Amino acid sequence: MELIKLTIDNRAVEVEKGTTVFHAAKKLGIEIPTLCYMNLADLNIEHKPGGCRVCVVEVEGRRNLAPSCATECNEGMVVKTNSMRVLNSRRTVLELILSDHPFDCLICAKSGYCDLQNMAIKMGVRSIPYQGEKSTYKPDFSPAIIREMDKCIMCRRCETMCNDFQTVGVLSGINRGFEAVVAPAFERDLDHSECTYCGQCVAVCPTGALTEVDHTPQVIRALADPTKTVVVQTAPAVRAALGEEFGLEPGTLVTGKLAAALRRLGFDYVFDTDFAADLTIMEEGSELLDRLGRFLGGDKSVKLPMLTSCCPGWVNFFEYNFPDMLDVPSTARSPQQMFGSIAKSYFADKIAVDRKEMVVVSIMPCVAKKFEASREEFKVDGNPDVDFSISTRELAALIKGANIDFNTLPDEDFDKPLGESTGAGVIFGVTGGVIEAAVRTAYELHTKKTLEKVDFKQLRGLEGIRSASVDFDGVEIKIGIAHGLGNARKLLEDIKAGKSEFHAIEIMACPSGCIGGGGQPLHHGDSSILKARSKAIYTEDELKVLRKSHENPYIIKLYDEFLGKPMSEKAHHLLHTHYFARKLKHIDID
Amino acid sequence: MAKFKTHMLVCGGTGCRASASDVLYENLKKEVKEKGLENDVQVVTTGCFGFCEQGPIVKMIPDNTFYVGVQPKDAADIVAEHALKGRKVDRLLYKDPVKKEHVPDSKHMGFYKKQIRIALRNCGLIDPENVNEYLAADGYEALGKVLLEMTPEEAIQIVIDSGLRGRGGGGFPTGVKWKIAQGVKGAQKYVVCNADEGDPGAFMDRSILEGDPHTVLEAMAINGYCIGATKGLIYIRAEYPLAIHRLKVAIAQAREYGLLGEDILGSGYNFDIELRYGAGAFVCGEETALIHSMEGHRGEPTFKPPFPAESGYLGMPTNVNNVETYANIPVIFNKGAKWFASIGTEKSKGTKVFALAGKINNVGLIEVPMGITLREVIFEIGGGIKGGKKFKAVQTGGPSGGCLTEKHLDTPIDYDNLIASGSMMGSGGMIVMDEDDCMVSVAKFYLDFTVEESCGKCSPCRIGNKRLYEILEKITKGHGAMDDLDKLRNLSNVIKDTSLCGLGQTSPNPVLSTLDNFYDEYLAHITEGKCFASQCKDLIKYEIIPENCVGCTACARNCPVNCISGERKQIHLIDQSLCIKCGACMEKCKFNAVTII
Repeated sequence: MELIKLTIDNRAVEVEKGTTVFHAAKKLGIEIPTLCYMNLADLNIEHKPGGCRVCVVEVEGRRNLAPSCATECNEGMVVKTNSMRVLNSRRTVLELILSDHPFDCLICAKSGYCDLQNMAIKMGVRSIPYQGEKSTYKPDFSPAIIREMDKCIMCRRCETMCNDFQTVGVLSGINRGFEAVVAPAFERDLDHSECTYCGQCVAVCPTGALTEVDHTPQVIRALADPTKTVVVQTAPAVRAALGEEFGLEPGTLVTGKLAAALRRLGFDYVFDTDFAADLTIMEEGSELLDRLGRFLGGDKSVKLPMLTSCCPGWVNFFEYNFPDMLDVPSTARSPQQMFGSIAKSYFADKIAVDRKEMVVVSIMPCVAKKFEASREEFKVDGNPDVDFSISTRELAALIKGANIDFNTLPDEDFDKPLGESTGAGVIFGVTGGVIEAAVRTAYELHTKKTLEKVDFKQLRGLEGIRSASVDFDGVEIKIGIAHGLGNARKLLEDIKAGKSEFHAIEIMACPSGCIGGGGQPLHHGDSSILKARSKAIYTEDELKVLRKSHENPYIIKLYDEFLGKPMSEKAHHLLHTHYFARKLKHIDID
Repeated sequence: MAKFKTHMLVCGGTGCRASASDVLYENLKKEVKEKGLENDVQVVTTGCFGFCEQGPIVKMIPDNTFYVGVQPKDAADIVAEHALKGRKVDRLLYKDPVKKEHVPDSKHMGFYKKQIRIALRNCGLIDPENVNEYLAADGYEALGKVLLEMTPEEAIQIVIDSGLRGRGGGGFPTGVKWKIAQGVKGAQKYVVCNADEGDPGAFMDRSILEGDPHTVLEAMAINGYCIGATKGLIYIRAEYPLAIHRLKVAIAQAREYGLLGEDILGSGYNFDIELRYGAGAFVCGEETALIHSMEGHRGEPTFKPPFPAESGYLGMPTNVNNVETYANIPVIFNKGAKWFASIGTEKSKGTKVFALAGKINNVGLIEVPMGITLREVIFEIGGGIKGGKKFKAVQTGGPSGGCLTEKHLDTPIDYDNLIASGSMMGSGGMIVMDEDDCMVSVAKFYLDFTVEESCGKCSPCRIGNKRLYEILEKITKGHGAMDDLDKLRNLSNVIKDTSLCGLGQTSPNPVLSTLDNFYDEYLAHITEGKCFASQCKDLIKYEIIPENCVGCTACARNCPVNCISGERKQIHLIDQSLCIKCGACMEKCKFNAVTII
């Protein structure tokens, strides 16, 4: 590796060839501020458009200032990151950006989490010398995401996520000059675009331009209504990230405190989506075994590979982009929807509450879950199985708003019966987890043998596309894993072209899976946070006594008492779904 | 051409065609036929002569008679008098604006006297839609020489030795650029001609493409051979339909003659050219933005490095040159690098084409040797300021060039001198201003353009230019404060220093150069509420001088908002609260009774 020597702020530093000034400075402990640069190391997502011009530095011998995020180090380079010229330019650029920004910070959804706000604080901006016209746009309210482009600073991070990483291609820069803005083509709103609501744009937006739809007021109203029985479920990835909102180290598991907080918020039953994840494995795993058995038996009508269907962003994606392949994904509903369906049938019967009087709230690391909950096929006579889906961030706001000191809460357990889960249910929160959980169960059901080792390390990791083989007692099962819709698209194109060798594929829309979901506490481009969350999920799995879904006693009981067996008619009715070839919604022009 | 006694060259450029030169051409052909002169007189459509303001133009060869403002109906006279009887049609001859005399031929016209035409050598001389005429004018000789007798290295060395620098504005040495592109390996290399001419009022590229398209094709093929590219692309604005048509004709003819395509001239070298259309975004003249636009992406620049030579069109090594740069290439090979380098100044060789416009007598396209002074261009070629007014400033380099003044008139024009004076060469716009121009408004006018044309990618250009415009607007409305001048200067410097591409790095030039050279005008607007040139409507008032007013009612009758009152033969009065300051009253008053205060 070739090494380069240079000087930054009078200090010598040696870096590998190809390193940018931004990273060389970081090596010296110099944090050059930036608003557009984003680097999710290990996920191959680096966004350096050199657009905000906040990270400019002075390079000796260069006519103008250089963007440190995009400028590579050269031998003998002399860089100044804090000369008067640099500081004045940086401040002026920031003042310009602020001069085109609404000053509603006090009531902004991102207040306290906003990169722009933080930078204004850091630089001590007390007045904006450059006043003038401000950009104004009509807010765009979709079922899951709100766009308030008045607050957009054109960092274009959302575009990188939407186009390069997800290959959804909904967001891009349109118009020119002062009118330039990021929007769907022809300035359609998101609801009339092919947006999958994966929420990755929300996850990386430095300001309040992209936020999730806030459903906390509806939840508070339900909790305050004495006639309603309010049931809550919480997704696996939430417990590995919620602590960050209360100042805890990334990767701190807060499962017990989470249950305690939900109880204090007034939920009547505090359950766990992990239970439904175990149920998903029963259905999806059985479906896989069924398809596999028929396939190996020579049935040509069987479609393989089978793809997972837990991720609502992914479901939206293939409904728009692969309408001719709707028979490839598993028909199993996602854990959120299985939970809602069981809660409003099996559990409602148990406690003798009419489903109309029951409110199911889900806590999700996701914004697409909001859309999923609103789908017509998940309603019975207009009554949704899941009434409201709120994000990890929204839950944190609820807890703070209710004067609950989260960090001093005792650890409590989830309620029974829908709160019991195995380690297999927990790992749904991370890429590779669903398929690993499926393998644990499918192996035992297929081979009728007990697994010696339940950890399938070959299925874990952060590579965008991974493949692994699992030996099912002499039968080699080939498994593919993709996270990020761009990676998913590649696997699907292979299937379409008849080139896929896999029997089963797991797909998650978000980078590193649900732990990196669009509804999680903001990672601000720091991928070490995602890694810490992933580690926490696997730790929780290891700590569990039961680690295979089919060993969950309450799952066994559910089948005994209510569903019969996996893939039974009742299970089909309550736990499976079908997909639709979706087209862009038509816009009526008056 | 030898067998004809007389050639009538009819300008077929966009400007003259807009004034019916195509009809004129047909009429001339008809007249020639009717008079039975088909064997003696040839009528030819050519490219632009440059003297567009005087179009349509007909030039007679061999005596160089230069007819201007020729209408289709004049065809009869030209054929009957000039072609048949050898008598010049005096009324159609160019009239010297100062001496007010007819000039018998182009050799005696001040407009052409100091010009040296290299890039424009064939414009106004050959039929651009006939490859044979280009071949007769030494066309494709350079390509033959390069392909059959030279290695790429030798050919590149000739371009380096010539000292040719990019004519699109950057001024980067062309040969060096080729050498860099040659040194990069790639599965498919590309040669791109930048014909995205975006400066308002500039039309040198269009004229070259309309008047001599083969020269660009020939140069691109030479370029391709030198760097090892087999594909050429011309990125041209879709609003240049005539240039596009002529390029298409030229490409088809070149293919037919084996000058493009496979195994060119038996050399074994393959090269072909395709057109790519632009939607007219100014920023797409910047090479990375141009490449992204060709790729089907949003036309906005990306940070360099990587330069296009390393990673250009579709990620492949790409060399981008401007139309005018290419137009110089064949001549350099035909006449030699030494000959080319003998023209111009130490660091700027050859000639430069300028689009001369504004308050000047001779408006048009000129090609002058580097090192000529602004005074020569404006007062000799341009024939001085219109209406005998006083020269105030000249803006060079397109919308983001600076405004130069009297003190710069004797500076030799080249890349480095213009930058040192606070302006730039740009692609060659040159706009002359007189005493009636308000320099604050001029700066505002150019900022208006760059605000519209900024791509919006980087913050200083997107927001900064808008704020500059708003401050200038405030000053021209009479609401400026002294600290606005500090803001203008700081903002201008920061925008130049921090913007991503050449657009933002130069857009504040009109502000900075007018602040430097016309500070008193800014001061007058702010402290006295006065606009010296009476251009800022908010700072002026039209009033009637009672002593001069005879009560003719002309002003009142012509006022579009009926804000002038007064009976016949009585003194009139303007209602200032309603006046829109259109100036119609002043224009109509025959008694000098309306004044601006």
